[in-house]
Formats: sequence, structure tokens, C-alpha cells
Amino acid sequence: MTSNNLVYLVALPLFSSGFLMILGRRADKWGHIFATLISASAFGIGAFEFLQMLARPSESRAVTQKLFSWISVGTFQVDASLLLDQLSISFVLLITGVGTLIHIYSIAYMSHDLDRRRFFAFLNFFIAAMLLLVLGDSYLNLYVGWEGVGLASYLLIGFWNQKPEYATAAKKAFVANRVGDVGLSLAIMIAFATFGTVSFSGVEEKVSGASTAALTGIGLMLLLAAAGKSAQFPLQSWLGDAMAGPTPVSALIHAATMVTAGVYLIARSNFIFDNAPTAQLCVVIIGAITLMFGALIGTAKDDIKKALAASTMSQIGYMILATGLGPVGYAFAIMHLLTHGFFKAGMFLGAGSVMHGMDDEVNMRKYGGLGKFMPITAITFGLGYLAIIGVPPFAGFYSKDKIIETAFNAEGIKGLLIGSAALLGALVTAFYMTRVIILTFTGAKRWDEKAHPHESPFLMWGPMAILAIGSVASGFLLSSGNRFVSWLAPVVNSHEADHAEHVERFQPVVVTSMALVAVVIGVAIAIVKYRSQVPRVAPTNVRFFTRIARRDLLQDDFNEVVLMRPGQALTKFLVATDEKAIDGAVRTVGAVVIGSSKGIRKTQTGFVRSYALLILLGAFGLLATIWVVTL
Amino acid sequence: MNYLTSIGALPLLGALLISTLPKSKANYAKWVALLTSIVVALLGLLIALRFEIDRPGFQFVENYSWIPSFGINYSLGIDGIALVLILMSVILVPIVIVAGWHESEGGRWGSKSFYVLILILETMMIGVFAATDVFLFYVFFEAMLIPVYFLIGGYGVGERAAAAVKFLLYSLFGGLLMLAAIIGIYVISGHQGGHTFDIEKLSQLTIDSTTQNFLFLGFFIAFAIKAPLWPLHTWLPDAAKSATPGTSVLLLGVLDKVGTFGMIRYCIKLFPESSKTFTPVIIVLALISILYGAFLAIGQKDIKGLIAFTSISHFGFITMGIFAMTTQGHSGATLYMVNHGFSTAALFLVAGWISTRRGSSIIADFGGLQRVTPVLAWTFFIAGLSSLALPGLSSFVSEFLVLVGTYTRYPVAAVIGTLGIVLAALYILIPVQKALHGPITPGNENLPDITRRERIAIAPVIAVIIFLGFYPKPLLDVINPASIATLTAAGFSDPVPPAGGR
Repeated sequence: MTSNNLVYLVALPLFSSGFLMILGRRADKWGHIFATLISASAFGIGAFEFLQMLARPSESRAVTQKLFSWISVGTFQVDASLLLDQLSISFVLLITGVGTLIHIYSIAYMSHDLDRRRFFAFLNFFIAAMLLLVLGDSYLNLYVGWEGVGLASYLLIGFWNQKPEYATAAKKAFVANRVGDVGLSLAIMIAFATFGTVSFSGVEEKVSGASTAALTGIGLMLLLAAAGKSAQFPLQSWLGDAMAGPTPVSALIHAATMVTAGVYLIARSNFIFDNAPTAQLCVVIIGAITLMFGALIGTAKDDIKKALAASTMSQIGYMILATGLGPVGYAFAIMHLLTHGFFKAGMFLGAGSVMHGMDDEVNMRKYGGLGKFMPITAITFGLGYLAIIGVPPFAGFYSKDKIIETAFNAEGIKGLLIGSAALLGALVTAFYMTRVIILTFTGAKRWDEKAHPHESPFLMWGPMAILAIGSVASGFLLSSGNRFVSWLAPVVNSHEADHAEHVERFQPVVVTSMALVAVVIGVAIAIVKYRSQVPRVAPTNVRFFTRIARRDLLQDDFNEVVLMRPGQALTKFLVATDEKAIDGAVRTVGAVVIGSSKGIRKTQTGFVRSYALLILLGAFGLLATIWVVTL
Repeated sequence: MNYLTSIGALPLLGALLISTLPKSKANYAKWVALLTSIVVALLGLLIALRFEIDRPGFQFVENYSWIPSFGINYSLGIDGIALVLILMSVILVPIVIVAGWHESEGGRWGSKSFYVLILILETMMIGVFAATDVFLFYVFFEAMLIPVYFLIGGYGVGERAAAAVKFLLYSLFGGLLMLAAIIGIYVISGHQGGHTFDIEKLSQLTIDSTTQNFLFLGFFIAFAIKAPLWPLHTWLPDAAKSATPGTSVLLLGVLDKVGTFGMIRYCIKLFPESSKTFTPVIIVLALISILYGAFLAIGQKDIKGLIAFTSISHFGFITMGIFAMTTQGHSGATLYMVNHGFSTAALFLVAGWISTRRGSSIIADFGGLQRVTPVLAWTFFIAGLSSLALPGLSSFVSEFLVLVGTYTRYPVAAVIGTLGIVLAALYILIPVQKALHGPITPGNENLPDITRRERIAIAPVIAVIIFLGFYPKPLLDVINPASIATLTAAGFSDPVPPAGGR
């Protein structure tokens, strides 16, 4: 099936973005409204396509649109072509839906910023790139969107780049992403060398003819790409710093959509990973490490946005973990991605609302008792909180529980290990999120006299309320009657049989009970620990673990010692070598030649003429030689 | 109509006209030059329109006997590769003239000489790509040095004289080696059916492998100096720092491409066996250039030096693509030559404008320009993104083709080369942060933003960069047949994917 509407999904926000940039200050008055309407119309198109898709039987739901032949060299044929199927529409609705809400929120949030129009141009650009990422029908088309969202992220993290540390944070994010891009580039190269094509359908069709080594190679490189974009171990360190961007950006890009692109990439490449068990195992390991890593960092952060960022890292760890669990895992990964999109975006907007009312203060130790002053923010944030820690019947309960259950039921010792990691992660999540709630909304006030906390305007709390509804209902809606799993089944090739053949080591009710116990323990520890007076300044006489958790488990120290310092030293060394050794050698040769030809030089008067003469002599010399050899 | 002679002679006519201008009318020189170069560009577009994509071999062929006793002919002709390079050259010249409207004022000589030199250079650039007689090519190849020498030495900044001499000496050394090789192959042709300099006839010769290797090296070293390959690169940063921005654009954007063009047209076409023999060495040198150029770029304090070193990295990619000997590698390398021309032009021109305003090209002297000169800052940023090969901009297509074309034959080299994309992010984003972001550095508060003339100059460059990023097809369609022809003639075929069958 083909559709003619897909291109507008990408083109509308792309042109709007360019339009607002080129018009410049002339568009300052209405640029934000315009961009919001564009985003909303993209959502409209997405919804329309979704309804059309629902009307078709499940095996013919995918539609494509070929735009033009993009790169065509020999057998390397790549069309600019879009694909909308059950997987991509899930993302389209999330991106445009949450995206539009965040546009609306930003109208108020950014109202005092001189560059609001530029902010909205960037937001529109992000929407376009992210839609291209999920709509591209080949790895190379995906790559364009992939780097596009990286650029948008760079621009928005550094939106206030007059502050040097914000500019540095933006650069760090881009470079870490580029490391991931090396993976994506190599994956595409291996795919082309192996299959002679880089389109999803082409690779899927030919996958059975490929060697395991090639598939493992592609899988590992895709995992590297996913680690860069989705802030997974060992490329996770940029995400915390990315909180330098305006809070709506943190909500949209660094929580709900862009950082989940790695999950999309792995789910989209299910045909690779299902045939490359080693790569799949690595996916699981990276996911498990990151979910613990993020959760542990989250326990030590006093900056509300950084605490939420650590949580995002951890939650994406859950999703990556799930994508490594084979056909059954993909749907749960994407389901958690969607519910997370609601509750985490909602909480970030809530954090923004708190900052809005507290003169941009981000230190939770200087909050306290804000629930009274910002009731709507507190309630919407609270609903998101209940969703993320996994209290039934809120959204996260359904999606995270499924992941823990599937992890436990993976075969062998692997299942026990990753299941335990996921369960422990749930406990830690409950702890650090409860800590955020207590420090921010309850207890005694710890803020300065000059702060006047107040509730945010409707344009801000409206989107928060809608996202809160999603945090409440989306889990149930997606999982009841196995709805989302069967929706996604044609894309990820999962069948009812996959579920049946698994050994149900743990009954669902057992896993759920364990998870709930973990949550209760986590909440209880937090309450006990933070119930009493919280110091306004973070205590320094803390345990070793807390100290390194505050330093993001030494991720930056590691990068600095292992990569940055040696890199800088190498650069310095090479610059010196180039001037002294290489150019020096050249100059020595020159000096020797000039020295030995002093006699000849005396007959010349100046540089210019002597070299002109040299050229002339050369030409004559050539003619003379030719004459000699032709004699 | 003799299209190629016409397009080559037009700039010379313009130069002649300028030199006859009386002193009192000297300020008409730039207008004459601009008008001439625009007519040349239009003629170039006409040639492109009349170029037949599916016809093999050279087109627009002209052949006149020049020095019959030596078998030297005035023969011209272009294939797809030469076409796109000529097209790039003739489009860049008017842009350079508009962009550097006042460049000639700081010179040792007047503005008349400046534009005469520019137009003579344009003739040489067209000639060097259009020549199909090796001797004629050599004449253009060497003669091209003269206008560049004077442009750097006479109109540059800083230690311009030293830089010009260094450039000239390096080039002459390479030229000398090539000259020896040309004589060599000419002698051989005499033993095999008559003396000739015709490229097609020369490519039919059978040469024993030792001789072939020597002749190959004669050509290759000359080209490796021109499109500087590590370790023959040290003239380039000096020249780029000293030359005016416009000269740098022509030098790095066009002249250096003669080197990589020559590798395809002469090294591989004339000496396929030796090309195969030396491939491992050349690929290693190319890889070193990619990484070395990138590291050196990161370490530069001068923005012009930085751009020069990024180019060394890019030439490494181009050379690697050529010697990967795959269709993707060759077409990618050729497209890379064009794309690099435009993205380097954008970088140099904007960097030049900013430096002139500030009176310094040291990166640390800038800061916060995004607040002071937003349009210039964003233009520089886009040019930088093109240089780091962001998908959606033109360089990405060519860089990816080079990498994928290399991977199919030399996977390890491609993997190492791909690491260059991380370094590229650093060498662009570090100066972007230092110069454009952060607080406004004292002394920069009142720099004026882009002027209308500068807008007119840069807009087409940016448009080309974006357009070719999304739609490189018009260029690839003419490049592909030439790439395939070169590789087929040299006896190379693309590796077959193991799981490619249905």
C-alpha cells in the first residue's frame, strides 16, 4: 500500500523551521503560534493515518511512499522513501502528540525569552528530524533523521550557549552521539557489503543468507549506535549535562522521544538481533548495567532535573533490556517507551513548572513543602510518580512489570541475573523517586524569603494535566487484552507460539508480588530517611558510595582520564611534530638545496623571476629531451 | 562550436580586456572580471546541459595538431568527472570575486593585476581538467602555479612571500617528477607504434612492471603534493594562512582537486598494474591523512590553519575512495571533490569575513559572535556542519559513499576511517564553541553583521550544499558512467555481497 501523506509529516515542520529561521526577528510576534499549529497539524496527519491503518487488516497495515532516488551508485541504491507501519505510527503519535503539548507549554515557559521564535524553530526542526528517523524505510534514511535529532538536541541543549558550561554540554552530547554514529555507519556498511542493500525490507528478506559473524557485527554496531543516542553504558555521560537545555527540551527530547531512538533502532532491526544471539546477549547486558547505573546515580542527585535524567537513563535501560529478550520483548519495550513518554515528560514539565515558580532554582534541597503552593503541579507530578514506580493501576505498572517478568523467564542463569537486576532497579527507582517527591513537595519549606512559589499558568498546567491522564491510563489501555503486543506482532515477527514455548519459571502473579514488595521497600526507606529535617546544603561527610554517585559513578572522570587527556596530549604532540619534524625536514631539504645552489642563485636577481625562468627552462628542457629521444 | 576552447579562452579575453583598461578606469576591473566569470559560468551550465549522460568516452572533443614533430596535440575532451569539476570551478570563480570584492586592495600591485591573475587562473583550471593530451595537461598543470604564486605572494597577508615560495617549490618538485614520468611514457610510446601524448593511446601501452612503477610514482607524488597527502602537506597550511580567502577557496577548492583528479585520470588509467601494487601503501597514507589532518585541525589556533588541516583530512577520504577501486569509492570520491569545493568555500569565505572585521584570524580572539553577528555565525555553523558531513548536507553523501565503497574491499581501512567522523565533530564544534558561543569577547561587541554583497556571495554556496545533500542525483548520474569506465578499463569489478542473492 502507498500513501501520499507521509511526506507532509516531515516536510511541514521542516519547512516551518527553515521559514522561522530565515524570517528572523520579523517572525518574533507569531512564530511560536505558527510552530505550534504546524506541530498540531502533523499530529492531525498522524491521527488520520492511524485511523486509516486501523481500518485495514493487520497484515496490510504498512504503507510506503517513495519520494525520489536519493543515492544511486552501482549497486548502492537508496531511495528517499518513507514507511509507516504499526511500529512507526506508535512513534509518530507519541512524537507529534507529546511534541504538540510541549510546544503549547513552551509558549508560556519561554515567554520571557528574547529568542523564543528561534526556540520554536528548533523544536519544529526536531519534530521533523525525529519523524524522519522513525519513518525512513532504510538504515540510511534513518541515519539522516538520527543525526538530525542529534543536531536539534545540540542546538537546544546549547540554547543558552552564552553560558560556557551550557555550550560545553551541547558539544559533549554531540560528540558522544557521534561515537554512536560510528556504530550506525559501520552497521550500514556491513549491511551493504553483506546484503547489497540497506533498506529494512531488503535486509530482512535476505537475512537468512548471511553469516552469523556478519549479523553479530551489524548487531553490535547497532547497539553502539543505540548506546550513543539513548545514553546507555558506556556512552551515557552526556545525558546529565544535557539538562542545561530549557526544561521543555528535557521533557521532549531527553525523556520522551529522542533518547528512546536507540530502542526504536533495535526493535526495528529485530530480524538482525533475532539471528545474532551474541549481539542480543550484549543488548541485555548493556540494558541491565544501565538500568542499575542510572538508578544509583538518581539516588544521589540534588538537582531535580539531573535526578530525572538519571531516571530516564535507567528507564531506557529497562527498554533496551527488553529488546534483547527476543520477539516477546520488543512489544514490551515499546510499550514501556510509550508509557514512559507520558509520565516522564509529565514529570519534567512538572519540574519546569516548579522551576518557573522558584526563580529557576533546581536544587531540591532548597525546595520543600511546595505542594501547598503548586497543587496542580504536585498532583500531576504525583501521578507521574505513581506511574514510574509501578503502582497499579498506573501506566508504569503494566509496562515495567511485563519487562521484569519476561526478564525472569529468560532461559538459564541469565534470566535469574537480569530478572534480579530489573527487580532491584525497581526498588531503587521507588527510593529515588520518593526522595524527589518528599524533597520537593512535602516537609518544611527550605527556600529563601525572596522566592515566591506560585502555580503556573494554564498553558503550562494544561499539557501537564493531559500527560498525567496518560500516566494514569495508558498502561491499562495498551496492555488490556494483549492489545499492543498483537498490534506490533506483524512488525517484530512475534507469534503466540513465542509466548507459549517459554518456560514460565515464574508465574506472573509471583513476579508482580515481588515487584510490589520491592516498590514498598524502596518507598519505605526513602520515607524513613527523608522524613526528618533535610539540610539545605548537601552534607559532605557522606559515605564513599554517595560521593561517587554524586559524581555520576565517575563516568566523567573515566572519560577524562582515558579519552580526553590522552587525546589532548596526542594533539599537542602531533602539532609540535608537524611543525618541527615534518615541516622541519622539508625546510632542511630546502636549505641544503639552496645552500648547494648558491652559485646558481647568484646569477638570478629575485625570487619571482628566477622561478618563472625555472618554469620556462623546464618547458624547454622537456622539448629538448623529446627532441633528443625522437632522433 | 568549440565549447571547451571557448569556455577556456573567455577568461583570457576578460583578462586581456582588463589589462587594456586605462589607469583612471581601474575600478572597472572587478566588474569586467565578474561579468566575464558569470558568462563563463553560464557557458559551463550550457555545456553541462548538452552533455550526454549515456555516451561513453570523452565528449566535446577537439583535436588539433600543435607540435606535430613531437606528436603533441591540442586535444580537449571531458568525461563526467572532468565536467563536474569544471562546473564547480566556473561556479566558484564569480562567487569568489563577489565575496572578496575588496580583497585586491591590500596587495602589492593594483586591483587590475589581481583580476587578470584570477581570470588567467580560471583558464588554467578549465584547461587542466579538459586536456586529453598529457603534454597539454602538463603545461596547464605547471602554468597554473604562476597566477597562484602571485596571488599569494602579492595579495596575501602575513608571511605571504615565504608561503608563496614554499608553495611554488613544493609544486615544482612534484612537477619535475611528473615531467620525468611523462618523458618516460612518451619514450615507451615511441617503441610501440609511434610517439604520442594522447591519453587514450597511452593507456593502451604495455609497460613492464618495474618501469610502470617508476612512472606511476612520478605522477603520483606530483598529485599527492597537490592534493596534499601526509607527509607532503606542510605547504598547504602556510599557503592557506597567507592567501586571501578567495585565493584559498580556489587553491583548496579547485587547484588541489587537480591532484585527486589526476590520480583517477592519469595514475589509474595509465598504470593500472602499479595502482594495484601501490594501493596498500596509498590507503595507509590516506588513513594517516584522515586522522592526522583531523588531530592537527583540532590543535590549530588559527581558523584558516584549521580549515586547511580539515582539508587534508578530507583529501585523505578522497584518496582512500579512489584507491578502494569500487564504483562507490570512485563516484563518492569525485562527488567529494565537488562537495569539498563548496563547503570549503563557505568556510573560508565566512572565516575570511569574520577575520577581516576583527583584524585577526586567531580563534581565541572571537567569542559570542552568535549574539553579535548572528547571520555570519549561522552561516559559518552550516558550513561547519557540511564539513563534518552531517546527513542532509552534501558532504555526507560523498563521505558515506567513500566509506561504504572502501568497506566492501578494505573493511579494516573503512573502520579506521570512520573514526574520523568523531574527530570531525570535534574540529568543527570546538571552534564553533570558542568563536560563536559563550560570552562576547571584548573587542567584538560592535562587529557588523553580514552585508548584502556577502549574502549574495554565500547564498548560492549554502543552497548548493543543501540541495546536493538531498538530491545528488544530477551529479552522480554524470559521474557514475565515468567511474565505471575507469574501473572497467583498469580491470576492477565491485565485490559481490555474499548474501546479495534473492
